[in-house]
Amino acid sequence: MKIGIPKEIYPGENRVATTPEVAEKLIKLGFHVSIQSGAGEKANFSDAAFREVGVTIRRDAKSLYEKADIILKVRAPEPDEVDLFKEGSTLISFIWPAQNDALMKKLAAKKMTVLAMDSIPRISRAQKMDALSSMANIAGYRAVIEAAEHFGRFFTGQITAAGRIPPAKVMVIGAGVAGLSAIGTAKGLGAIVRAFDTRPEVKEQIESMDAEFLELDFEEDASGEGGYAKVMSKEFIEAEMNLFAEQAEEVDIIITTALIPGKPAPRLITEKMVKSMKPGSVIVDLAAEQGGNCELTEKDKVVVKHGVTIIGYTDLPSRLPTQSSQLYATNLFHLLSDLTPEKDGSINVNMEDEVIRGATVIKEGEITWPPPPPKITATPPKEKKPVEEVTVTEEVEQPKPLWKQVLPVTAAAIALLWVGSVAPATFMSHFTVFVLACFVGYMVIWNVTPSLHTPLMSVTNAISSIIIIGALIQVSAPSGIASLLAILAVFITSINIVGGFAVTRRMLEMFRKQEG
Amino acid sequence: MTQGIVTVSYIGATILFILALGGLSHQETARRGNLYGMIGMAIAVLATILSNSVDSYWGIIFSMLIGGTIGLAMAQRVQMTEMPELVAILHSLVGMAAVLVGYANFMDSTVTLTGAEKTIHEIETYVGIFIGALTFSGSVIAYGKLSGKIDGKPLLLPARHWLNLAALILVFILGRAFLDGAETGGGMVPLLLMTVIALAFGIHMVMAIGGADMPVVISMLNSYSGWAASATGFMLNNDLLIVVGALVGSSGAILSYIMCRAMNRNFISVIAGGFGTTTGGPASDEEAGEVNPISPEETASLLLDAKKVIIVPGYGMAVAQAQHAVYEVTRFLREKGIDVKFAIHPVAGRMPGHMNVLLAEAHVPYDIVYEMDEINDEFPEVDVTIVIGANDIVNPSAKTDPNSPIAGMPVLEVWKSKTTIVSKRSMASGYAGVDNPLFYMENTRMLFGDARETMEEVYKGLSG
Repeated sequence: MKIGIPKEIYPGENRVATTPEVAEKLIKLGFHVSIQSGAGEKANFSDAAFREVGVTIRRDAKSLYEKADIILKVRAPEPDEVDLFKEGSTLISFIWPAQNDALMKKLAAKKMTVLAMDSIPRISRAQKMDALSSMANIAGYRAVIEAAEHFGRFFTGQITAAGRIPPAKVMVIGAGVAGLSAIGTAKGLGAIVRAFDTRPEVKEQIESMDAEFLELDFEEDASGEGGYAKVMSKEFIEAEMNLFAEQAEEVDIIITTALIPGKPAPRLITEKMVKSMKPGSVIVDLAAEQGGNCELTEKDKVVVKHGVTIIGYTDLPSRLPTQSSQLYATNLFHLLSDLTPEKDGSINVNMEDEVIRGATVIKEGEITWPPPPPKITATPPKEKKPVEEVTVTEEVEQPKPLWKQVLPVTAAAIALLWVGSVAPATFMSHFTVFVLACFVGYMVIWNVTPSLHTPLMSVTNAISSIIIIGALIQVSAPSGIASLLAILAVFITSINIVGGFAVTRRMLEMFRKQEG
Repeated sequence: MTQGIVTVSYIGATILFILALGGLSHQETARRGNLYGMIGMAIAVLATILSNSVDSYWGIIFSMLIGGTIGLAMAQRVQMTEMPELVAILHSLVGMAAVLVGYANFMDSTVTLTGAEKTIHEIETYVGIFIGALTFSGSVIAYGKLSGKIDGKPLLLPARHWLNLAALILVFILGRAFLDGAETGGGMVPLLLMTVIALAFGIHMVMAIGGADMPVVISMLNSYSGWAASATGFMLNNDLLIVVGALVGSSGAILSYIMCRAMNRNFISVIAGGFGTTTGGPASDEEAGEVNPISPEETASLLLDAKKVIIVPGYGMAVAQAQHAVYEVTRFLREKGIDVKFAIHPVAGRMPGHMNVLLAEAHVPYDIVYEMDEINDEFPEVDVTIVIGANDIVNPSAKTDPNSPIAGMPVLEVWKSKTTIVSKRSMASGYAGVDNPLFYMENTRMLFGDARETMEEVYKGLSG
């Protein structure tokens, strides 16, 4: 099948739905890939780079759409674009079916199959195609970079000859993918980072990034279905707002990422809080598209109010086009490779597959959105205990009762005395040798390094063939059978002696130190 | 050659043997130690041949030459993965030799002893043959199990403990009959009967022991072969045999002890056989979760991003002959400046030190190969741990789940590293039949497939 990748026409959109690197992998899956000339330019992927990996370059969108069975896009298509799509073709892009009713109808009328990257269920198997997470990660990073641009100071604290520079204090609200990415980036720049989230289970993640988790004195779990947050009770929100008001006076930068699926963004930063912030502070509102977490946010704009810069960009991933195109293209590739299990270049929209079912919003002109809810939540069930170091073994070593210690020794002594009383002198001298040899062996063997245990076995094996001595003496016995048995024993032990020593030698030769 | 010189030669040989074992305490001195062993053996054999008690040479020279050639050929042809089999078969030879020497000595009428000395001598012969026969048949079965010629699963006869006990009692009764018979010049029949029982006993004992307990069995047989030599020494009034036998016997006993401790198991319970049948009831209801598979390419890129990598090899690596591919990966990563180490669990593989030998064969320098106790604390700092063909030795339930059959066994704490990649053929559980929660952990990735093929692909992914 033929994949076509058009140039994004939405104003200010810099991303592209594939990169040369990914296109090459798509071709390996058996697809024919073509791209509209200049589609990758803004993301720094030239036509030449695409051509080099075997991608066909099409002059304009019209000639591209004519041939394409599968269209890969970033943004949901504009009405004019939909007109150009081939009837019955497949579209994979962000769709936002809940907000784009008209678009859905239009696509369905063209008998298309549409997979929405924003509808991929959040289960662990689908993580590799989760474009929302990829984009959120970039948005979180970029949010900090934007904040840094508008913030008049260093992020990191320094002691210089000209005096001490305090580190910037950053508060991140919402520790989803974007929030965690922002925490990591701000930490990387040297800021002091605090983070808040209504879901207590993210505390560990926040602390693992060396940031401080702001805790409310309030019991309520906000983990909703699919790992997203849900709406909280009134009391909770009040407590939360008090915390933010307190923090606003102190921090220099606030990054808000609080979103509840299918609802307008919660208002968390009031005008009063903005007023209380230090002049020169920055707020980056990643929820600007859904109305903003801050009252004063203006969508797609940077505004300065009460001396505080408020950034309301909604196209943060597009502001890092090379990176976001690359991640998005890889997400698309993973989805496509799940769609083509045979690797023969033809896709199979298998509605039995939970991931594909979730992503498919229109199947051959029939709207299949919303999907049934996913079965597994992305967060592990609570009752699963973390791996604790419950030491099972170390039973407290109780000192054995006295008789238990004494008994074996006494028994051994009695046995020895008995042997000594009945055995002849010659035996006793051999016995002495035997016991002493056991002790020597004990001392020597404990010193053997464990890595040489195999050579130890083969060498002890060789030397235990010292039995050959016994056999040698017997060979000269007058009895014919005895001498025959002895010769046989000599033969066998010789195998053992030579074999044992030789294989030990061979093994020891192999043990070597690293060169240099 | 006078008896005095022979004795002095024996003393020299004894010292050389002790030095040979002592040399194994370090890799640097091990080769010299082996040389001492060879010299010691040569001295002992030569002194015996030249002594007054030997007067026919051709048979000796002939059988030694042929035997030696066969031994050399075996030693040179054996694959390092087959070392346990070789060691097992060599043990069986020692056992057989002890039996043969015992019989030869019994039939040799030149030795004339009387009274208590004679009785002790008979007992020594009897015990020597018993241990020898036991070692022989046990080692043959161990060889069969290791080489896959006999099913590795424990064979559990009903009332097996009683069978063993009955056999032992019978051996005692026969011993009595043998002593009585020997007084009057007979005793051959009880001796032969006892040999048969000892052989059956050895077979039964090793048959009841399963795959992963093999290290213990091999060490134990190693020990027995020593005791057999020692018993022969008593019989022949030869101190050299006694000393060497005692050295080997205690060596094997210590190895067995180390292996048992590494599995947190009682020596008796291993020997009595039947792992998991007597210990603990059902394993706790650890629900099986979802595993995260990973491709060799992704593994390669994970490795390239890592600073510190630990590789944990297990028996699966030996089966797949993956050690060379593993080394290629190691070498590549080390050239990139990534810190790669190996962690060896004492019972990894089928005999003590098995993994070390395999890695050495693949040219892995021994100073990056660490024992469990040396390296277990390092896992939290490790970026990527690769577990190749190991299961029970990296099972966290040994530490967390008191109901697990392997509870309390010391394990490599691989789950503490940032990412753990487990290379495995399938999701089958390990020898102990215990499910491994490691596989379902969030930071664990499963690399399915034949260990060698996947490691080769990982190498391709690294260099490509």
